[in-house]
Amino acid sequence: MKRDPDKLDRYTAPERVNHWLVAFAFILLALSGLALFHPAFYPLSQLFGGGIWTRILHPFIGVALIFSFGSMFFRFRKLCVLTPADWEWLRHAREMMGGDDRNMPEAGKLNGGQKLLFWLLAACMTLLVLSGIVMWRAYFSFLFPPGVIRLAAVVHAATGAGMISLIMGHIYLAIWTKESIGAMLYGKVRRAWAKQHHPAWFREMTGGRK
Amino acid sequence: MALQSLDITRRSATTTPSPSQRQTIEVAKLIDVTKCIGCKACQVACMEWNDTRDAVGANHGVLDNPTDLTENSWTVMRYAEVELEPGKLEWLIRKDGCMHCANPGCLKACPAPGAVVQYSNGIVDFHEENCIGCGYCITGCPFNIPRLSRKDSKVYKCTLCSDRVAAGLEPACVKTCPTGALVFGSKEAMLHHAEERIADLKSRGFAKAGVYDPKGVDGTHVIYVLHHADRPEIYSGLPKDPSIGAMVELWKGAAKPLASLALGAVAAGAFLHYVTKGPNEVSEEIEKEFEE
Repeated sequence: MKRDPDKLDRYTAPERVNHWLVAFAFILLALSGLALFHPAFYPLSQLFGGGIWTRILHPFIGVALIFSFGSMFFRFRKLCVLTPADWEWLRHAREMMGGDDRNMPEAGKLNGGQKLLFWLLAACMTLLVLSGIVMWRAYFSFLFPPGVIRLAAVVHAATGAGMISLIMGHIYLAIWTKESIGAMLYGKVRRAWAKQHHPAWFREMTGGRK
Repeated sequence: MALQSLDITRRSATTTPSPSQRQTIEVAKLIDVTKCIGCKACQVACMEWNDTRDAVGANHGVLDNPTDLTENSWTVMRYAEVELEPGKLEWLIRKDGCMHCANPGCLKACPAPGAVVQYSNGIVDFHEENCIGCGYCITGCPFNIPRLSRKDSKVYKCTLCSDRVAAGLEPACVKTCPTGALVFGSKEAMLHHAEERIADLKSRGFAKAGVYDPKGVDGTHVIYVLHHADRPEIYSGLPKDPSIGAMVELWKGAAKPLASLALGAVAAGAFLHYVTKGPNEVSEEIEKEFEE
């Protein structure tokens, strides 16, 4: 990244580190979880040292995710409160995906989609943690009746698939919106980028100057 | 025990055919609870043959010992004191253990390829060398049979002495039973034998005598003759209508292809969107604004 004093600070270093810790834990969880979910994905268990290591590691990586996402949750929860403008933004999201962003309400530091994703992920992770504890045979399953464990298995699988879908969407949108991965890697964005994608935040950062 | 390998009908977590060149006769173990005296010789024989030893337990004031199945006790006798009519005590003794379902919930739930297999003779066997210790088989079993070992994190249960049966012998429990309450043979012969027993029981006043071969799991390869077949649950909670259950069916049935398709659709959708709509870049107009 070229040094450029004109660039705007978007994410602090601790925010970035936190985000990538969550991302790393999540990717490992998704791969190991899929391996245990469907025979077609079982070969993924080789990435973790075989089926037994996959079974041992998956829940512990889950614990790592609880702490890393927990930290991110408290870091971003105020920033992610959805305002009426965000809901309006979401109603126009389809147009924007179609390539027409003329009618988009001005997004703040985060847009409605990013904020909604944050809350959906928080909800998914709550369900995954609760059902995951029930399914963790080595330590907790003996505390629960079979019916609860069976329900937990369904909830865990369905929520896991839902969350992987959300993250795939998240990753795609980051690729689609050029320069946004750079924002999360280096913390800075060009002024033009900020004005294009987050106009309200751009004005806030530059005090109304162009 | 992996002594039979040419006659596997189903392997867990496997989508390709299993080694199934050899076809064997469908077998069954008949447990005639009306003849059982609760001597536990079958329990002892099971431990002797499989060379497992359970920890010395404590007396709970009843004959149940151990009080539940364990990774070392693959069969246990359960003693129920039941008063079907006031003042008329009945002592219903049942030998509990794996039922070797024709449609096994353990096999359906297992995520490890080949950790649970079903032979063409109907025996459902665990291959512990492939077991990853997740306990999904326990979640999937409608009879609450498999037990996870604390020692090695593998799951164990009755093998119906698949090693003995493969060599043409009867299971150890059957071999040792002193009253003829346990009989082993082809499933057809066992059902026939059960019919004779039921006719005899009916002639002696047990109007509801019958065979327990639950259809909810497509029948089992361990079947009971019960004097009160209309109420199996009085035999220490033998499930009245066991089945794999809606939750397990959903988890290991529809969810697997649906979720996989959904993930594939998200990936394909994203790719198509990029190819058709192109990236979302900063507009020329705004770029120009910042150029000077």
